[in-house]
Amino acid sequence: MADIQPRPLPTPTPETAHFWEGTRNGVLRLQRCLDCGHIYFPPRPFCPACGSKRVEVFTASGRGTLLSYVINHRRHPSFDGPYCIALVKLEEGPTMMSNIVECEQTPEALVLDMPLTVVFERQNNDIFVPLFRPAEQST
Amino acid sequence: MTGVAIVGAAETTELGRIPDVSQLQLHADAALNAFADTGLTAKDIDGVATAGSTPVELVHYLGITPRWVDATSVGGCSFMIHVRHAVAAIQTGQAETILITHGESGRSQIGRGARGAGTAGLAQQFESPYGAMGPTTMFTIPVLRYMKEYGLTHEQLATVCVVQREWAGRNPRASYRDPITVDDVFASRMIAYPFHLLECCLVTDGGGALILTRAERANDFPQKPVHILGTGESAESPMVSQMQDLCSSRAFRVAGSEAMRDAGIGHDDVDHLMVYDAFAHLPIYGLEDLGFCEKGEAAGFIADGNTRPGGKLPLNTNGGGLSYMHSGMYGMYALQESVRQMRGTAPAQVPGAEVSVCLGVGGMFAASGCIVMGTEAAA
Repeated sequence: MADIQPRPLPTPTPETAHFWEGTRNGVLRLQRCLDCGHIYFPPRPFCPACGSKRVEVFTASGRGTLLSYVINHRRHPSFDGPYCIALVKLEEGPTMMSNIVECEQTPEALVLDMPLTVVFERQNNDIFVPLFRPAEQST
Repeated sequence: MTGVAIVGAAETTELGRIPDVSQLQLHADAALNAFADTGLTAKDIDGVATAGSTPVELVHYLGITPRWVDATSVGGCSFMIHVRHAVAAIQTGQAETILITHGESGRSQIGRGARGAGTAGLAQQFESPYGAMGPTTMFTIPVLRYMKEYGLTHEQLATVCVVQREWAGRNPRASYRDPITVDDVFASRMIAYPFHLLECCLVTDGGGALILTRAERANDFPQKPVHILGTGESAESPMVSQMQDLCSSRAFRVAGSEAMRDAGIGHDDVDHLMVYDAFAHLPIYGLEDLGFCEKGEAAGFIADGNTRPGGKLPLNTNGGGLSYMHSGMYGMYALQESVRQMRGTAPAQVPGAEVSVCLGVGGMFAASGCIVMGTEAAA
């Protein structure tokens, strides 16, 4: 196995700090406009749909579905072998990029629209990155 | 028509692998070739637009005293947007004769500044941690959703490359000219599933330059003038994950429809089309977002031979970024091919072509610029 380097880590800004504070505490946070109800990501202190500054931060369900992806075969210093870069459609509406873990990184295992659940991977004391794993199917 | 024409157009003397020329000199080589194309010198230029270098660096290096500069840098379609801005500047008298340059040592990396945007930008916070590393992983990520929604097959995606190679085979300056098959595409190594190597653009060195001025002056120059009939531009998001619709580019739709409306043309008026093809799905998105095909029908349109030599809508007739060349910001080469087609000097000339649409994309669907060009007769 090649020597795996840390992921490229984000530097939170004042406008995104709540998101990274959330992941550090094991929750996925989104924002909602109190005027028009639009739910959005990535973070900003105003609504991108209507411009209102009356917005709130709330804890999302952490559930989503696999919207699209690629399996990167070129070497990345932070990944061992081919890995999936995914777009996850969150239950609340927004889309975010992530990786799919606890799942083979193959087209056969990665089926579009499969249900996913967020998990948080510790990078250091400050940064926990939200990743997604296949959700347990309800019986 | 805009009343503005392209009177000078040239690529760098060499294309491909150019390890003995810096990026700045690639800009200059293209500019000097464009001067030669027009009979003008740096002293005749009063406006400069560029991306990948700065207009400041260019005017110093070339000896230009500008009264108009544009440093719009939104990826590979920056040059389409420069053309649009140059048209407005010439129309309003802010400049008389504008030079637009591109030079990029994409393969050899000679004299190329460091890239990178730190770690606090939106894309750096919300995409880079997941191993997104440049166009091969980002430009490509929408296509599986498109395949599921519209039934695009792997064979159809590969066919885009096969058809463009047919065009490249007719272009002596194309990097790759040998015919390929769908099986050749599938046999090339996987880059980012579902994209094989041959479904990704080249990485080469080169440059190009354009000179624009008022159309009334256009016949004072040695080359057949190419008229700018219409222009459009737009932008959407620096993050591919935040596209409104993974199956369509909002920037394509906005820029394309504005350019065609500005030109006063309909789809049946278009004889020649360039769609910036960094990857095999781009022509599919472009054909649909420009309205040449209904949603979900572009792959079949290509597979049926409509865009190949002899087809009713010749597309990417230089071979495109997939086979001709791709330095990183390919838009300049698409513009150059539209100019050659309108001059009637393209190696794979479309007989009787009078109107060309040239659609650019920048930064993984982040931005777009679209230029409609025409011959004197079309203007």
